[in-house]
Amino acid sequence: MTLQRVVIVGGGHGGFQMAASLRADGFAGEILLVSDEPGLPYQRPPLSKAFLKHGDAARLDLRPSKFFDDNTISLMPQTRVTGIDPDGKHITTGDGKTIGYDHLVLATGSRNARPPIANLDLRNVLSLRNLADASELRTRLSAARHVLVVGGGFIGMEFAAVAPGLGVNATVIEGAERLMSRAVSDTMSAHFLMSHQGWGTSVRLGQFVSELLDDGAGNVAGARLADGTDIAGDIVLIAAGVVPNSELAAEAGLAVSDGIDVDDLLCTSDPNISALGDCCNFPDPLSGRRVRLESVQAATDHARTISKRLTGKPVPYAAVPWFWSDQGDLKLQIAGLGAGADEHVAHKPEKGGLAVLSFSSGRLVSVETVDSASTHMTARKLLASGRIVSKPELAAVNYNLVDYARAV
Amino acid sequence: MPRLTFVSPDGNETTVEASTGDSVMQAALAGNVDGIVAECGGAMMCATCHVYVADDWAPKTGTPSDGERAMLDFAASEVKPTSRLSCQIAITDELDGLTVHLPDAQI
Repeated sequence: MTLQRVVIVGGGHGGFQMAASLRADGFAGEILLVSDEPGLPYQRPPLSKAFLKHGDAARLDLRPSKFFDDNTISLMPQTRVTGIDPDGKHITTGDGKTIGYDHLVLATGSRNARPPIANLDLRNVLSLRNLADASELRTRLSAARHVLVVGGGFIGMEFAAVAPGLGVNATVIEGAERLMSRAVSDTMSAHFLMSHQGWGTSVRLGQFVSELLDDGAGNVAGARLADGTDIAGDIVLIAAGVVPNSELAAEAGLAVSDGIDVDDLLCTSDPNISALGDCCNFPDPLSGRRVRLESVQAATDHARTISKRLTGKPVPYAAVPWFWSDQGDLKLQIAGLGAGADEHVAHKPEKGGLAVLSFSSGRLVSVETVDSASTHMTARKLLASGRIVSKPELAAVNYNLVDYARAV
Repeated sequence: MPRLTFVSPDGNETTVEASTGDSVMQAALAGNVDGIVAECGGAMMCATCHVYVADDWAPKTGTPSDGERAMLDFAASEVKPTSRLSCQIAITDELDGLTVHLPDAQI
């Protein structure tokens, strides 16, 4: 069966890559890219970093409009999808239109979680997810002096790192006992805590915000912690994780758990519907565990896998996950998934750099590095090779991955 | 505005106008140049904006940092002495007329 029309819901990195890969792989049918945001698909990683400094939205475009014309990709911006009819193979949009599909790709991403904190609706309580959020944050920062960041994950800490350069002080309030606890090892958390404190950021670990304080005029004036302490602040940035946008899929009767369930070809429980990126959970090729990742790499590599299948060359998803976070002058790079690790070894691969190697039952599963690009790239290559790299083998080379790779 | 020329492996040339301060990678994307993927958007995480700087321009574009060199080692196509990540070349007026060659593959 030849597909005539592929409809992609979501115009983020994954949705864009889906359209681009289909054309690159020779798909000749119609491609509709439906996005609820205005404008062209754009890069999100700079929103919490460089964009807050330069504020130039045009520099974020993934490709110019000519690319979409040249590749006959029909972009439907500012269009919200309100329903999927899997039997009739069509979607419904907010203005009541129906759009038929032969194959549907859900690239709906995720949205910011709203933690159980009183008074989240006060003015100057912001979040950071899309371009509109980042533009608003940037505007409001010009009149602010002290920002309270609720959540010490990547987004919160990236913002905290640029805050001094934007003329504001930042206080980070994190419920866990360490920073970025979902993503990195204890050693790496400690390394970043020390650096952030050195840059002037105040960090409160193991603390929960119970309510936000009102200045009497509807503006936020600070936060009250669960232990009763009040901290003043004129902007509160909520950076407390995300929720996958899987409601459309659930309402359509697709299997959904932590996000939309897909198989190793990124196909949902409906053979005519695929899902990718933040909104789906998939079997991790290395551990076999089901995982849901929030990264550009997962979204774009998922898109490439789906494109191969739709153009008749199905290959199971096998990409090694990689992540990065730029905070101040530190570049954190992660290869692989450390969530199932039971052992971590830290070492200094080169001057100023730091690497943490994580093992699960003695097998290397993840490598976190700061300022050691060669270690990071070697880790990506080794993990992709499928080779079982054992702790004793690495101990024999003082945990220097580059030396190890050179010798094997 | 400085003008940059990208030469594809089959010899096709695309010339774009670039803004100073942008990177050569950004100019390629804005100019819709085929053959630059730029997966990570210039964060030096992916080596998919690999170019070969034309020999006579190499002295003006400078040399790669250690981090860039490490990433280049993992580029999809052959790495030559003139290889650079185009996201790491900042455009200046001095680079008006710069020619870079694109590799066979970025991924």
